[in-house]
Amino acid sequence: MPVVQIEKAALCQCLNRKDFTDEEVDELCFEFGLELDEVTSEREMLAKEQGDAKAAQMGDQLSDAVIYKIEVPANRYDLLCVEGLSRALMVFQSLAQPPLYKAVQPAAGMQQMRVAPSTAQIRPYVVCAMLRNLSFTPASYKSFIDLQDKLHQTICRQRSLVAIGTHDFDTLTGPFLYEALPPSDIVFKPLNQTKEFSAVELMQLYSGESHLKAYLPIIRDSPVYPVIKDANGVVLSMPPIINGDHSKITLNTKNVFIEATATDAHKASVVLDTLVCAFSQYCSEQFTVQAVQVNYPDGRASIYPSLAYRQVDIQVDYLRKGVGRSDSQLTIDEICNRLTRMCLVAKATSDATVSVTVPPTRHDVLHPCDVLEDLAIAIGYNNLEMSLPPTLCTGKQQPLNSLTDKLRLEVAFAGFTECLTFALCSEKDISERLRLPLDSLPAVRIANPKTLEFQVARTSLLPGILKTVHSNRSLPLPLKLFEIQDVVYKSTDSSGSAVNSRQLAAVYYGKSSGFELIHGLMDRIMQVLGVPVDQYKLSATEVATYFTGRCANVLYKGSPVGTIGVLHPETLAQFDLTLPASAFVFDVEKFL
Amino acid sequence: MEDLRSNILAYIHKHETCSSTELCKEMNVEHQKIVGALNSILAFGEIISAQPEVTSRLELTDEGRQVADHGSHEAVLFASVPAGDGAPQSELMKSVPNAKIGFSKALANRWIRLDKSAPGGPRVYRQVESVSDRIRHCLQMVAALSLDSLTAEERAELKKRKLVQEGRVTVYRVAKGPAFTLTLAKEETELTAEMLATGVWQTLTFKAYNFKALGQQPDCGHLHPLLKVRAEFRQIFLEMGFQEMPTNRYVESSFWNFDALFQPQQHPARDAHDTFFLTEPAACRLDAEQADGYLARVKAVHSNGGYGSIGYNYDWKESEAQKNILRTHTTAVSARMLYQLAQQPQFQPTKYFSIDRVFRNESLDATHLAEFHQIEGLVADYNLNLCHLMGIIREFFHKLGIRRLRFKPAYNPYTEPSMEIFSYHEGLGKWVEIGNSGVFRPEMLLPMGLPESVSVIAWGLSLERPTMIKYGINNIRDLIGPKVDLKMICDS
Repeated sequence: MPVVQIEKAALCQCLNRKDFTDEEVDELCFEFGLELDEVTSEREMLAKEQGDAKAAQMGDQLSDAVIYKIEVPANRYDLLCVEGLSRALMVFQSLAQPPLYKAVQPAAGMQQMRVAPSTAQIRPYVVCAMLRNLSFTPASYKSFIDLQDKLHQTICRQRSLVAIGTHDFDTLTGPFLYEALPPSDIVFKPLNQTKEFSAVELMQLYSGESHLKAYLPIIRDSPVYPVIKDANGVVLSMPPIINGDHSKITLNTKNVFIEATATDAHKASVVLDTLVCAFSQYCSEQFTVQAVQVNYPDGRASIYPSLAYRQVDIQVDYLRKGVGRSDSQLTIDEICNRLTRMCLVAKATSDATVSVTVPPTRHDVLHPCDVLEDLAIAIGYNNLEMSLPPTLCTGKQQPLNSLTDKLRLEVAFAGFTECLTFALCSEKDISERLRLPLDSLPAVRIANPKTLEFQVARTSLLPGILKTVHSNRSLPLPLKLFEIQDVVYKSTDSSGSAVNSRQLAAVYYGKSSGFELIHGLMDRIMQVLGVPVDQYKLSATEVATYFTGRCANVLYKGSPVGTIGVLHPETLAQFDLTLPASAFVFDVEKFL
Repeated sequence: MEDLRSNILAYIHKHETCSSTELCKEMNVEHQKIVGALNSILAFGEIISAQPEVTSRLELTDEGRQVADHGSHEAVLFASVPAGDGAPQSELMKSVPNAKIGFSKALANRWIRLDKSAPGGPRVYRQVESVSDRIRHCLQMVAALSLDSLTAEERAELKKRKLVQEGRVTVYRVAKGPAFTLTLAKEETELTAEMLATGVWQTLTFKAYNFKALGQQPDCGHLHPLLKVRAEFRQIFLEMGFQEMPTNRYVESSFWNFDALFQPQQHPARDAHDTFFLTEPAACRLDAEQADGYLARVKAVHSNGGYGSIGYNYDWKESEAQKNILRTHTTAVSARMLYQLAQQPQFQPTKYFSIDRVFRNESLDATHLAEFHQIEGLVADYNLNLCHLMGIIREFFHKLGIRRLRFKPAYNPYTEPSMEIFSYHEGLGKWVEIGNSGVFRPEMLLPMGLPESVSVIAWGLSLERPTMIKYGINNIRDLIGPKVDLKMICDS
């Protein structure tokens, strides 16, 4: 979950509570669905990262002011910056009314962004907006940059879906053009560089830059790269990689031009709404944003930001039932008041319905159930009256799990100890180390393992048990281990699926092979399973995992259900074991 | 030893009571041996009593012990000087141990004399016929703890020469016990079959057992601690009337793991960073889901909404839904079960549970593995709400002995409202998260065909965390996997 840093003093000021204790802040966060992750300061954070010495050395350059690190829910983009977070808490505490955000079209006409057909090949959408007569403080400027970064990391999916560029409008001249050009045709001075580069050179330049190199693959192999220019051909940005240096914003910027290019038009609009809602409070005309018209090649024109307010009519009965309160316990007025505290302005439209206005900051609200959750939060989850569901049912186990538990007990009674090993392993574990050819195994293969330990899903329980034996070699002998778990086989039909198979494996490891003990355990299991003696027998076979002439199929009603034998010395060597061992493996599901 | 023990018993019989030092003098053996013999008699039962008294006594140093055994350095030197002709000083100094001290002491005692002007260098002659080795005698008295006969000067000299030091000695006051006897019978340690057969057990005495010693470990098998805790959770669900879901399906389609749960296709959880995708079998067919229109309804609710929802507004792709993965939660199975429930002609209220393995392609550390067990419970019935969810969670955790609970609003893509479950941890003195819960979203349930008035409440937690807390395990690798310590399994 994303984390937002907010200074204690700033939070106390906007909540009008100078004496707020950390515990109270924690409590407020908890109620609202946030998590106070850490109480720290600039100095403590640096000390944690680079050591106390470095922090001490910085002296007065670091502030000791208390900073709260607050985790916000992953779908609440409006809470990703101090501005949005503190406003939401102010409204929640009834210290402010939810603001009314407006997009205005200037009398002199809107700025225009023309989209060229070439963008369809790489990044077809762009949305724009302008913040006019804005004054940044160092703190709000930092927060503005920070929010763009947080949006890039979350809803924008590392800039692949949406990339934001913000510019000093006073350095530019409209109308603007969004097009896609061959990399060699794009030449400009990028942010914080002293000379011009071509896009080809830039991709080279940034391939070593830790902050930017992750974004390069989004466009690298495309024949054309996206680029935004003003009327004079000045490059604003080459999304989603870098902005131009010419139009970069500074603390003194008064008019901000925002563009967001995207492969997903809806998300671009959400990102733009989120950014302008949070920062329009710094404009001379608060909460007001200047609209920009985007002209698509097909002649369609759209005006952004949308800042749409959506009306949702909800049955009061639905809300009352959802929080378990009756008409008298929860009046319509109370419902409206509580929802307003969640920035969802609500009005009763009849005795039975409320009309809820979903603001452009609350793109997380998709369905009346989202409104219901906010009502429950505003009442307080822990103020709701708990009750047991009236649902009457009888308990029932899965027959396979019930059988598994029975076998686990019986095998443990017989003196064997249960292991629990991983379902994932290396290819080598199930093939070479068991002396079996890999292509003979119906193994499920993992596409993106982080280590060799997770190449395949296991097709046998033996490697896990033998590894357990290996790491416990120093214990008194003999080691008698078992495991009853699932292995996975790729299905043989064309369904493209795979099946689990419940297996029981046991291993005896000691000074002698102990085959008669493993055999005895198998006899005992068959006895417990109620298999008549004439339905179960061992029949000699050769499996490379086992020693020649010391291996048998376990036959149940004439068909093989498993194997038993003395392990092959080379199998033992594969697991670095120096003493003999016997083992069996069989399919539990055959006995259901 | 046996002689010594009977001698001691005879002495006690005669004198009723005595000290161990007295026995030492009487039997003419070292104190240590007397103590050994007394302990051995004590092991027979209450034949004698022995009260320890700690006193500070002189004891021999290593050098003192050597002198007591072989004679003082001066006596040794004196003995090395042949009577009559004497011997060259240089030769004596070379051949006699501790000759330097011995020479000066013997000279001071006037036992020998030195002729410096003898031909061939200084020569040593005896000055007396024979000597009495008083130092050795004194040390022997110290060893026998009969110090009364030592004079204060003698003590001082022995100390100065570092032949004795002050030490603590435990002396025993010995007396007859209630079962005093002069003869010690041999004691049997085991009752044997032969003794029973011959009846000889009736005449034998048996050695007392040491009940403080540990018994011998029984040769038994053990169940794995994590699976023992799993059994406890299963028991609780069964008591509460829950039916177990068939979760033996590690490979799942993205459709059932994500799409059916209304988790959008660009959700970060669907990243290769978090989820294991497969190359074989890479994708599956969704024929059955397609056949009855379910797939189309899921596509519609994601892309355009419906059922009162505005949806996610994106281009939903079937190819993405077909991708096989190792399931990231057992909720994929819950979705399948709810879908089956919706296919029944008449909806039946149901309670389901499962405890099984799930997989996450996460970075591993002391508390995270790529696979872990998820515990999940859900109730599907008409008109269930948050109060019911909190009520059943309270009941569930009460059965585990967890009583102080509170609930925090949270976000899960497929539940709304959602709640994280916190319990107050007495040991840590703070609230800790113990699980997650919520009411399944209508966008998940309605496309399946469940009636609109049916809600499904669900909660989940990991099996590893409570197990690690219960058994005080800090590193998850000590609990699961081949590096597990079998001794831990046996001791748990």
